[in-house]
Amino acid sequence: MADTTATPTPPVTHTAAGPVAPAPPARPRNKLRAWAIRAPLLPALVFMIVVTQLPFVATLVISFFDWNSLYPDAREFAGFQNYSEILSDPDLRKSVLTTLTLTATTVIASLVLGLALALLLDRRFRGRGLVRTLLIAPFLVVPVAAALLWKHVLYNPEYGLFNGMLTWFGGDGAPQPDWVSSMPLVAVEASLIWQWTPFMMLILLAGLQSRSAEQIEAARIDGAGTWQVFRFLTLPHLRRYLELGALLGSIYVVQNFDAVFTITSGGLGTANLPYTVYQTFYQAHENGVASAAGVLVVIGSLIIATFALRVVSSLFREEVFSK
Amino acid sequence: MTTAKAGASAGETGENGGAKGGAQGGTKGGAAVVAKGAAKAVSRAGAGEAPPLQRKARRRSAALGLLAWLTGIVFFLPVAWMVLTSLHSESDAATNPPSVAASLTLDGYREFFGAEGGASPWPALINSMTASVVSTALVLLLALPAAYALSIRPVRKWTDVLFFFLSTKMLPVVAGLLPVYLFAKNTGLLDNVWLLVILYTSMNLPIAVWMMQSFLAEVPVAVIEAAQIDGARLPVVLSRVVAPIAAPGIAATALICFIFSWNEMLFARVLTGVIAQTAPVFLTGFITSQGLFLAKVCAASVVISLPVLAAGFAAQDKLVQGLSLGAVK
Repeated sequence: MADTTATPTPPVTHTAAGPVAPAPPARPRNKLRAWAIRAPLLPALVFMIVVTQLPFVATLVISFFDWNSLYPDAREFAGFQNYSEILSDPDLRKSVLTTLTLTATTVIASLVLGLALALLLDRRFRGRGLVRTLLIAPFLVVPVAAALLWKHVLYNPEYGLFNGMLTWFGGDGAPQPDWVSSMPLVAVEASLIWQWTPFMMLILLAGLQSRSAEQIEAARIDGAGTWQVFRFLTLPHLRRYLELGALLGSIYVVQNFDAVFTITSGGLGTANLPYTVYQTFYQAHENGVASAAGVLVVIGSLIIATFALRVVSSLFREEVFSK
Repeated sequence: MTTAKAGASAGETGENGGAKGGAQGGTKGGAAVVAKGAAKAVSRAGAGEAPPLQRKARRRSAALGLLAWLTGIVFFLPVAWMVLTSLHSESDAATNPPSVAASLTLDGYREFFGAEGGASPWPALINSMTASVVSTALVLLLALPAAYALSIRPVRKWTDVLFFFLSTKMLPVVAGLLPVYLFAKNTGLLDNVWLLVILYTSMNLPIAVWMMQSFLAEVPVAVIEAAQIDGARLPVVLSRVVAPIAAPGIAATALICFIFSWNEMLFARVLTGVIAQTAPVFLTGFITSQGLFLAKVCAASVVISLPVLAAGFAAQDKLVQGLSLGAVK
């Protein structure tokens, strides 16, 4: 059905005719029929609205109350007080900055590494399938387990693998840094980059393999070198996939809780917004403030999501169109 | 190496020597045969390139292949080290420099499963399995009809509906966490694995709808129409006609949903306690150091990651499609 509806119209437009030409005409006596068509969709739709939209409305309402769960009777309407409290709290402001740094560093580094790996894997060599499998493994370790692995087994200053390797190569006099306390944010980022690079690689590899081989051959016959092919054919083709990887990566990494919670427990200036929200209501019991922070996180995500939706929508359009 | 091999095998009959030489490129005594294979490739391509240039390209190609292998190994090293450490005794696991060749033992696993006293991980593993499997089943049950209404017999403005599902995925989890917590507290659902089932279902439903939508779009409409002419109603059409045709896609969707539910920790951490804690929450017990416990931590990580590793490797090709919500094929 989707192929008959192929149309260059943006999928999100609200035209009445719409891209669904084969849908039954909306004659009044067909109202029942229209509901019959809608019926299979409704359980999922209603479920999603109830479970994801209602809590958010509640968060919005709570964010306007001064409400500490240890003093439930002292709950009162506070207007924008929670918001001004957050925006003037240096710790919370710092957690916004931390979230941005953590997300940007992780996403950009794993994109660059992922691109390099995708280019390496796009060539034929012996054992390519096995190398791909090896590379995917970090992404498939349960996030909490991965964070524990980095914290205890790799970073440990006394017997972690990193310092052990320094001893191997540098002898007894080798430096033995305490990775987590000397560079806490970098430590968290490194473990996240390790987990997210395979994700980027997979998306970019899919992008590389959807290139038109004829176009590249034609360019080669015209005398284009490897770099020129990469710069003027591969990179423009990959742009959309790079954007998609960056945006999906941002959406997941902005929400990261596991690594921060496990490696540093939010200490040493690594508390990001999700961790701060968690702490505000789980340990400080400040429901109103936590909700206001949650609303701010949503606003931030909406900005990212608007771009993300546009990218996905353009890929989606291309895919429907190409069928 | 590959070019020579391809050239040789593409060459006409009786070129076994060339093909073999190409395959063995670099081994002693094969040089002459390799040259023959290369010459064959050149003459076939008709590019008229000199053999040294071919050899240079081949060397470059081999170097890049080696580089790919090296990075693959570097990325895999922490995982390999985790597995190796889990098989060492606690004292061998905590040495500097690392003892690679220490004798192997299953003590770490024994201790993780509670041989030395301490909490058994089985309740947590069973909770995780329940939450992941049941929520995945629920997701499929809701997503299959929804995807049908979005691809085979699409409702009006079906793309808008599709994008609504996607947009819910972009709402940060923390934003809805507090109301869910308060709701659970007031209804006595705190520390109840079924609340996680509901939440994981909502977490994965958008992904499933997107994936299934693209899988169902490939089901031929004629087959469905034939079934409907025979008088089959929608549930029958879905279970007897659509599901078997889209089975590989449904399996991939199920694997992705399973992985995400299994990995989830924020909801589980906040909403469960002693009874309903899941495997990732059980792992958080290892966050603070407890003396010599590296082998135990590694054993725990290996055991808890095993279902995901197995599912992920099995669905390697579908992984990217699920993670990009069906946007990348």
